[in-house]
Amino acid sequence: MGQIFGDPSLISRATAAIYASFAIAIFVSIIDVVAGLPTAWLITRSKSKWLSVLDTLADMPFIVPTVTLGYSLLLFWSSPEGISSLFGGSLVSPGWLLIVLLHFAFSYPVIVRVMVGALLDYEREYEEAARTLGAAPLTADRTVTFPILKPSLIASFMLAFARSISETGATIMVAGAFENGPIFISKLKTAEQPGYEGALVFVSFILIAISCMIFAAVRLLGPRLKMPIRKVWPATERKLSSSGVTTLRNGATLLVFLVLVLIPSLFVVLPAIYAISNGTINQALMGVGIWQGYWQSLFLSYALGAIVTLVNTMVGLPIAFLIARRRMGAAFSAILDVLVNVPMIVPSIALGISLSIFWKNFAFMPEIGLLIFAHLSITYPYFVRSMAAAIERVNIDFENAARTLGGRPFTVFRTIILPLTKYSMIAGAIMVFTRSVSETGATLAVTKLKTAPVLLVEWVKGAVPATSLEIGLGCGILVVLSFIILLILRLVVRGRY
Amino acid sequence: MPEVRLVNVSKKFDKIVAVDNVSLQVHDGEYFSLLGPSGCGKTTLLRMIAGLVQPDEGEIYIENRLVNPFPPENRDIGFVFQQYALFPHMNVWDNVTYGPRVKAWEDKERERIGREMLEMVRLYERLDSLPSELSGGMMQRVGLARALAAGAKLLLLDEPLGALDAKIRLELRYELRRFAKDLKLTAIHVTHDQGEAMVISDRIAVMRKGKILQVGTPQELYMKPKHVFVANFVGESNFLEGHVLKVNKKESFIGLRGGLSVRTLDTAHGKSEKVVVAIRPELLIVKKGRERKVDSLFGQVERLRFEGANIRYEIRLENEEPITVIRPALTTKWLDVGEKVTIGFPADKCLVFIYPEKGLRAELALE
Repeated sequence: MGQIFGDPSLISRATAAIYASFAIAIFVSIIDVVAGLPTAWLITRSKSKWLSVLDTLADMPFIVPTVTLGYSLLLFWSSPEGISSLFGGSLVSPGWLLIVLLHFAFSYPVIVRVMVGALLDYEREYEEAARTLGAAPLTADRTVTFPILKPSLIASFMLAFARSISETGATIMVAGAFENGPIFISKLKTAEQPGYEGALVFVSFILIAISCMIFAAVRLLGPRLKMPIRKVWPATERKLSSSGVTTLRNGATLLVFLVLVLIPSLFVVLPAIYAISNGTINQALMGVGIWQGYWQSLFLSYALGAIVTLVNTMVGLPIAFLIARRRMGAAFSAILDVLVNVPMIVPSIALGISLSIFWKNFAFMPEIGLLIFAHLSITYPYFVRSMAAAIERVNIDFENAARTLGGRPFTVFRTIILPLTKYSMIAGAIMVFTRSVSETGATLAVTKLKTAPVLLVEWVKGAVPATSLEIGLGCGILVVLSFIILLILRLVVRGRY
Repeated sequence: MPEVRLVNVSKKFDKIVAVDNVSLQVHDGEYFSLLGPSGCGKTTLLRMIAGLVQPDEGEIYIENRLVNPFPPENRDIGFVFQQYALFPHMNVWDNVTYGPRVKAWEDKERERIGREMLEMVRLYERLDSLPSELSGGMMQRVGLARALAAGAKLLLLDEPLGALDAKIRLELRYELRRFAKDLKLTAIHVTHDQGEAMVISDRIAVMRKGKILQVGTPQELYMKPKHVFVANFVGESNFLEGHVLKVNKKESFIGLRGGLSVRTLDTAHGKSEKVVVAIRPELLIVKKGRERKVDSLFGQVERLRFEGANIRYEIRLENEEPITVIRPALTTKWLDVGEKVTIGFPADKCLVFIYPEKGLRAELALE
């Protein structure tokens, strides 16, 4: 590690990159919560039928692999074919602002999803009580509803933060010369200057340590956080609750969603369609030129996703059960819970570096094995968390009833718990799968094998000469396949229970 | 003290009519109950008065002011919820002084009223507790103090005792009435418990399927129900189906099934009309043996149930119809199962209703 401290330019680059990572993650998470909450509010509270459409659309950036999102945003904001054409030249050139826009767009659905769930669970009676006691809607929201929803607000903030700090592939695409932690690591890794490993370890360690510290701080201080303003201004707040202001807020919410999230995210559809009409698709289907590598990487990505999902389901179920039912004692469950969360909050590329350094000592570990390991450790929190939460929601009396009727523990698990938590299991599996297919950082860190997102990053960065139509089509195929797989999964598990 | 007036108020949820063209007047300072089985629309009616639900049609006046356009915060009401709805993130003190706080009252006034209300419900020493640290009865007392501290003169209570244990429920019901009377409030209390409504209310409106069937004092509802449903829901009644055999200026004779007949003082129904005779079980007299007299029926004791203060006999009449008789358990001699008995049927105490169009069973159904 010596040479990083001996090289002032390298160390200042590293510090700047680390600082950029956290500054962007915190900033993006805050504006994401501010923008996502009104959307969730609109989805749950408004009576219009159009809102189920909004609800579905809000999920889009979640399903689309992040590299695709990155390329889509790059096209939309920076390329002459995007919105910039209206302004002559590039509206937002690659750099930190584009990274902020990108992270905002892909964290947005997470916030909306979490907050919609929280708002649906929220007892409206508290709000009604506040209103009957004389509080205007705005007053009731800020003094009663928001404080009660605080845990979910904090959770969604942390999720957005974790996604922002981890994302690598799409960030590389839109960063230009700008560097944050993951970009710095990936550049160093690709350049392979002599002795670069020390710098890698240093930056990875700092990223992991600060992430964990922030996570711990939020966990400890979050519950003590109070809403800042106690005083109430009845007349002003009543005016701010008026229907005019509400309409204005809803309009602004929809505008932000359309302009900053939905349209930029779907912009990649245009070159993809054009590629279909001008014949690029034929070359692609025949696997000519760069397309041969594309199909190989696509196969690698999906095979990897499938293996990771399968293994995670099998390993994750018992862990989730232990956490949810506290069979090993509450303290053990709490420790397990924190351990499970760590891979989620640290940058995946840093985790990958850490894994690859660990496994370097074991010569027998093949590269593909390392890749599977990396993806497993990054994705298992998603499965375990959603599954543990689902098992916790199953009334323990169902389990007890089955036991009194003569069911052995495993039979009870198989016949009662599993059927009741099937949807969460599928949801967890879908999250693992999409996360694995999207993952770039850890892949770059542990292997030279090219998964689809890694390949697309190379295409965009010009390492392989590819036209924008080809990249667009490459992204389009990835999106379509993701959709098809999701659809099949949903159809397979259809039914009332 | 406010008076509440509803004029032709209706509310539908999708296709279900929750409240159907209801008009009602609650007087100043009155303790008024809306009584009915679950799903009868009483809670919806209360929530419309509070402004938590908007009526589809009709007008709501509080203190002669049309309040339809006003949101709940501008209606000057206090609302008490069945599940308390105490803000879980605030302690008792912050809950109780929430109303004064959001109305931006002066600190001194807020302190004064918070203290006064908490002392009234005897929870001043618990002002630092969180709602989760209180028992159900305490929580509802805080809920009440909170509603009153906002300075409202109209108190709306939605099944306020519904979630409490039986004993606490009995205690708290008298307190509710006492607080309302001491503070000279108008109170509208929603409940499905007729016993509760009877003992706390000045007047009661009995509701079923979105409509008000009868409004009256507890005594009126009990003594002179105008509807078979009310006769059954308020208190308890035996119902005997029959038709008018003979009617004159003073009395009528009703023929029951199996050739039995009873005399009543009802003269409102014409000869041959199909009717229902209702009689309260506690008004029937039962004696061992068979003794043919005027106004008597024969039967046999099928079952008896000791209820503490009373004993309840289920008797099968000669025509195989069941009838219930309730007698004091401690001051009368008990009858045995299988015993043949004579039931004294007081002609002046039974009520005669026209037979309902949809049948008796449908008319008495709670849902």
